Amino acid sequence: MSIAEKSRETVPAAVDVPRRRRGKRVTDEHGKHVRVWELALRYLLLLAVLALTVGPFLWQLSTSLKGPTEDIFSSPPKFLPGEPTLHNYDRVAQTIPVWDYAFNSLKVATANVVTNCVGAALAGYALARLRYRGRKVATLVFILAMLVPVEGIIIAQFTTMRELGLNNTLIGVVLPGCIGAMNVLLMRNAFLNLPYEIEEAAFVDGANTWQRFLRIALPSVKGTLAVVAIFAFMGAWDDFLWPLIVLSDPDKFTLTIGLNYLHGTFANDERLVAAGTIIAVAPLIALFACLQRYFFRGVGEGAVKG
Amino acid sequence: MTSPSSTTAARVRRQLPTSPWLFAAPGLLVVGIFILYPFVSTVVNAFTDRRTLIPGEFVGLANFRELLHDEMFWIGLRNSTLYVVGVVPALVLLPLLLALLVQKNIPGIAFFRSAFYTPVVASIVVVGLIWVWLLDERGLVNSLLEAIGVGRVGFLSDQWLLLGSAMAVTVWKGLGYYMIIYLAALANVPRELHEAAAVDGAGAVRRFLTVTVPAVRSTMVLVGALSSVAAFKVFSEVYLMAGPDGGPAGEDTTLVMLVQRTGTGLTGRVGYASAISVVVFVVTVALMLLVLRADRKEDA
Repeated sequence: MSIAEKSRETVPAAVDVPRRRRGKRVTDEHGKHVRVWELALRYLLLLAVLALTVGPFLWQLSTSLKGPTEDIFSSPPKFLPGEPTLHNYDRVAQTIPVWDYAFNSLKVATANVVTNCVGAALAGYALARLRYRGRKVATLVFILAMLVPVEGIIIAQFTTMRELGLNNTLIGVVLPGCIGAMNVLLMRNAFLNLPYEIEEAAFVDGANTWQRFLRIALPSVKGTLAVVAIFAFMGAWDDFLWPLIVLSDPDKFTLTIGLNYLHGTFANDERLVAAGTIIAVAPLIALFACLQRYFFRGVGEGAVKG
Repeated sequence: MTSPSSTTAARVRRQLPTSPWLFAAPGLLVVGIFILYPFVSTVVNAFTDRRTLIPGEFVGLANFRELLHDEMFWIGLRNSTLYVVGVVPALVLLPLLLALLVQKNIPGIAFFRSAFYTPVVASIVVVGLIWVWLLDERGLVNSLLEAIGVGRVGFLSDQWLLLGSAMAVTVWKGLGYYMIIYLAALANVPRELHEAAAVDGAGAVRRFLTVTVPAVRSTMVLVGALSSVAAFKVFSEVYLMAGPDGGPAGEDTTLVMLVQRTGTGLTGRVGYASAISVVVFVVTVALMLLVLRADRKEDA
């Protein structure tokens, strides 16, 4: 109905200004005309999927903003909080040290970004560019490491951590994934795709390996490096199974483990859990909103290799 | 000016301060100590009775014999296998349909693409807890069901409904990820094929089956392989929804949950947990081979 009305409204305008009509016509990526009912159906489906994918987050946000006297179980449900309040965020901070947990997560994620970027860039460059005996073996080591299902080796990783005296530390949380084999191979491929001639020229000019790596090769693979950084951050911030196993002291919990603890202990306080989950997810959604194209690029590059 | 031999010497000098092994060493060390060594030690431990605080001794196949009679192991194997059966077809098909939906560059489509990707960005813990609340006895889904007269459903109290709900959550979280993979594949499908089929009078469903599916088949195989391996190793969703013990009698336990429960803590049975891990390895490799073989058969 409304679509039909809309199109009727636009027709007179189009007749008045014939040039603009061509500009306003909806076309697909090949410039082909798209029928109105087809477009309407498409948007209807898109909105339905939108409600399904983003709706749950909004419901969680809404729950976290509902005050203690507001009924959160009503049927039919109330989608918007009657009197929005940040009270639950105060309460969750009083119940568990949620900001300390967030800071622990930030430390772990930041360390993971730095080690992965540095370690994967160095190793990737060695695999792609440097000639030495055993290079093929080194590449094979990373490929094999990439194929090992991490979920299957957690117990042995834990005993290794115990032997190193690093269980129940944030360093222990970071170490196993601090230079991901897949990141090394991603960087290797990025370096392999660079034309070799530029580096040869630099070599002739007397630049040593380190200078060629830092001044010429590295600036040319910034995009892949950004992908590695983002996925390292997201992986560490979101990780659950490994920190759950390696951390036992509530002081050292990361956000995900803290949330699990909150859920296990205060399961029937939905407003509290909702506030906690929003604290955990908001930074990543912000990061994603700013750096979308690297997220999407990472999926493509990772899937082909993984 | 310089003789050939001094050029070589200069070259060697230039190379010396940064040996290639120095570049690769940090990566090799980390991967060696924290991935490959634990992998080997998992396989070795599987044949011992090692515990967290006791080194243990070689016991041959005793752990594997015990597995055969361990009811919880069979429950775990069943649930993890069911997870693959339930999740993989949905994750191969639904993201493809979603990719077709967001493929056309209509106004605002970039927003929709990003929005559909949001669940991928969120931690599985966040996602799990969001759905625990949504599917709660008094949660949103049940409120809606009651409002339309269906009545409340115990999504998280019945063992099968819980497993199904966890699968739905896995699919929900994975949709956006595989959608992006399919989008890249769809961009390579020549448009002429669609147009030719349309001229021949093929409807949307027919065009999907005769043009789209064959064109993205290798991507479907890739998604099938990735998602089946991930599904078999499911842990977090079920752990969060059913609790650490996998429900009152552990009936929703998955294999990786069993590994975690058996092998951790001061009394953890490292040897036995490693034997379960070895089963996880074997099935994972088998799944990959199965998917790849199914692909080859279709080719013939």
